[in-house]
Amino acid sequence: MNAPVRRVAIAVMVLFGLLIANANYVQVINADALRNDPSNLRPLLSEYQRQRGEIVVDGRAIASSRATDDRLRYLRQYPGGPAYGTLTGFYSLIYGKSGLEQAEAPILSGEDPRLFTSRLTDLFTGRDPRGGSVVLTINAHAQQVAYQSMAGHRGAVVALDPSTGAILAMVSTPSYDPTVLSGHDPKKISAAYQKLITDPASPVLNRAVNQNYPPGSVFKVIVAAAALGTGSYHPETQIPAPDSLPLSTSTPATTTRSLHNFDGESCAGGGPDTLIHALTISCNTAFGQLANTLGEDAIRQQAEAFGLTGEASAVPLPVSASTIGEVPDEPALKLTGIGQMNVKMTPLQGAMIAAVVANRGTLAQPYLVSQVRAPDLTVVGGTTQGDERRVLSSDVADQLGTMMASVVQNGTGTLAQIPGYTVGGKTGTADNAPGKPPHAWFVGYAMQDSAPKVAVAVLIENGGVAGNETTGGRAAAPIARDVMKAVLGIQGGG
Amino acid sequence: MTEATAGMRGVPSQDEALRTGRGLELALLVFAILTVTAADAIVDLNTTNSVGADVVTYGAGFTLLWLAAHIVVRVLAPYADPLLLPSAALLNGLGLVLIRRLDVAVIERARQSGDPIPRGDASVQIVWTGLGLALFTATLLIVRNHKALARYAYTLAFAGLTFLALPALLPARYSEVNGAKIWIKLFGFTIQPGEFAKLALMVFFAAYLVAKRDVLSLASRSVLGIDLPRGRDLGPVIMAWALSLLVLVGESDLGTSLLFFGIFVAMLYIATERTSWVLIGVLLFAGGAFLAYHTIPHVRVRFDYWLDPFGHRANATQILQALFGLATGGVLGTGLGNGHPEMVPFAKTDFIFAAIGEELGMFGLVAVLLVYAIIVERGFRTSLQVRDAFGKLLAAGLAFSLAWQVFVVVGGVTKLVPLTGLTSPFLSYGGSSLVANFALVGLLLRISDGARRPAPPPAAPPPPLAEAVTEVVTQ
Repeated sequence: MNAPVRRVAIAVMVLFGLLIANANYVQVINADALRNDPSNLRPLLSEYQRQRGEIVVDGRAIASSRATDDRLRYLRQYPGGPAYGTLTGFYSLIYGKSGLEQAEAPILSGEDPRLFTSRLTDLFTGRDPRGGSVVLTINAHAQQVAYQSMAGHRGAVVALDPSTGAILAMVSTPSYDPTVLSGHDPKKISAAYQKLITDPASPVLNRAVNQNYPPGSVFKVIVAAAALGTGSYHPETQIPAPDSLPLSTSTPATTTRSLHNFDGESCAGGGPDTLIHALTISCNTAFGQLANTLGEDAIRQQAEAFGLTGEASAVPLPVSASTIGEVPDEPALKLTGIGQMNVKMTPLQGAMIAAVVANRGTLAQPYLVSQVRAPDLTVVGGTTQGDERRVLSSDVADQLGTMMASVVQNGTGTLAQIPGYTVGGKTGTADNAPGKPPHAWFVGYAMQDSAPKVAVAVLIENGGVAGNETTGGRAAAPIARDVMKAVLGIQGGG
Repeated sequence: MTEATAGMRGVPSQDEALRTGRGLELALLVFAILTVTAADAIVDLNTTNSVGADVVTYGAGFTLLWLAAHIVVRVLAPYADPLLLPSAALLNGLGLVLIRRLDVAVIERARQSGDPIPRGDASVQIVWTGLGLALFTATLLIVRNHKALARYAYTLAFAGLTFLALPALLPARYSEVNGAKIWIKLFGFTIQPGEFAKLALMVFFAAYLVAKRDVLSLASRSVLGIDLPRGRDLGPVIMAWALSLLVLVGESDLGTSLLFFGIFVAMLYIATERTSWVLIGVLLFAGGAFLAYHTIPHVRVRFDYWLDPFGHRANATQILQALFGLATGGVLGTGLGNGHPEMVPFAKTDFIFAAIGEELGMFGLVAVLLVYAIIVERGFRTSLQVRDAFGKLLAAGLAFSLAWQVFVVVGGVTKLVPLTGLTSPFLSYGGSSLVANFALVGLLLRISDGARRPAPPPAAPPPPLAEAVTEVVTQ
């Protein structure tokens, strides 16, 4: 009977071998796929066991983690509240992460390679590992002013430092308080989330970077830049400005039969107008015709140089693409010239246009994080200057500056004036959907003794009145002014 | 296999201590105790940053119980294999550590949600360990010679079958837990009689097969080079098969059914040395499995979840959570107390291996498998050493049953085979399983003691061969 016992013993060892081989497969070879499976909550739970880093604005945490005595040892809190809600995003047990919580997750959770030495120290000193913190470029005062000014509106405000690209304010309204979503009570989390997600006002959407809008007349700055860039135009050049610009009816894409100015007004009595005056009063027919004269390529090139490349980017929040879109025919080109048709732009892109003009033609890439700090507060990353790129020659930029200053001095943007500063800007009243009020835009900047101080973009969804260009400026320009004043440290708004 | 051959294995008496191996057993036991206590302390350090009083009380209790077991072996089975007891102790201890670790998680969760704090299961398990050791002692005390067991084969068979069938016959109120009718619930106690029936039936199988092996080895004809048994000899294997199916249908217990049939086929093969029995067994199993899949929804669901757990995300949570735990543990594990083994349903019983894999990693899981492999291998070695056929078959059967159960359990948890719902011997929480496995080790130690015990020294030196009278050897 010994032979079969030996054989069974060998068979049994084969079975053990199979178990060991399979354990290798599950725990090593296939482990990553299983570990990262969306149904596996373990990585998330272990993340909650560590103190997540802070998000800091002007020395004050707008997101921080507090120790609790429940299973998830740390509770995420947002002292910044809804003014920062769309910026920080939420950190949810059920719905994952959004905003900066997502974009800076490796730093905040402590897994970023830059925090390696810190993790090593924690390992040897036996201290619980912690996440690194992220310091933002945001100016707390400007952010508060922007958020309060936007009360009751759907829209966004972005303010930039034109010379560095630092984002000084980024507000999207309506906003939300991420605290409940980031809590530990699954019932409350899902109830709050359902409420937010079904809200038609989309409070979780960061309109400043994740929504693009037709820019309307704001786009005229780009057309003007393209014209000046050819060398054949200067601000006083006379350009055709008819009362009505015929559009071909041959293409179904074009719904308007002809292009008029707002309220059917003349720009210069039906005759030619100067480029600077056409911009100052936002003359549609003049810019429609100008775009047509310059041609699609010139407009497209200039738009792409400003950043309307059709490609998404990151600051490090993901930024949706801005683009001039398809221009299938001549009428489309005329409509593109006044920022309609398929042109789409994020409010951040709007602020970048103003910043380029203020910074004499150089674009400093916008950025949101000035410092990345290890748990012991040593700085391990961040920047004080965005990458620079020349968009316009300094001459063209100066000419555009003169024209935009004229808009604020004499034109549609007078409400943006700040005594003691040179303020330039451009209003926009952008049709978006038939039967709905147009979006109101203002992009602009403030300079002091020819030094650029701040660039800003304000967008108010459906904030204008159809057919009236001045309404865009009337709604958006005062907000832009107040935010700029906050950045400049001038007390009192108006 | 005769008394004469045994007598020739005269053993020198000067190094008796070395030969019994009791010193080695004690040393290994101390190692097991230290390992378990250290693991217990690590659980506390990782969950509370300090070592609590529980580590001392559990450590002391565990040490006392197993040192007592060691003394029992010294007195009652002094020649038994020295590796069996420490291996069982290590597994039992690790089980205690893991159950206590899962208690911590359960208590923590109850505290957070404001539910009443449940009583820990680790203290219950240590009481069961005590009861198990009592049965272990009783086994060694009552069964002074394993051969005597063969005399009670049919009594044990009757007792085993009754035990097995009882839950199926009792109203569900007294026998059903989590959908499986395999329990007897009386006076607040739940016992799983299948665990004891397994032992009784193995003793019966060994006795029956040894008695009938000659008949069962008879071949009638050869088909494709395989000798097939006569049709009328198929009776026993058909009976075992039918019994397994009955367990499956009557008690919804896939695991026990598979366990019994596997053990029977393996013992039948060892007894007859005929591969054809294995083949017939596999065919019967395949047929039974096919039938069960198409007629029993419970079986079909288990099988479907096994094939494609990701296609049944909402329902196949057991296996999915087990796999997530194993994968998250990776090679080295999260460390005791650092993972989330409580997320796997039935983590203390059927899925304790998922907890091992998560917190001790693949290394830990393989190490525990190897401890089982040591017990199994020592069981088979005992089978090879022991001289009587009944002892051989019983030892091999016990060893195989342990290996087979570990394979079905661990294979189920790691998705190598469909989930069946069996406990891991010695590790899992559960009194019946623990107590029955203590009896199993008791039996193995008894057989091993019989195999290794030197024969009494001959009364007189054997006369020179030339003068010797012709000796008639009787079996």
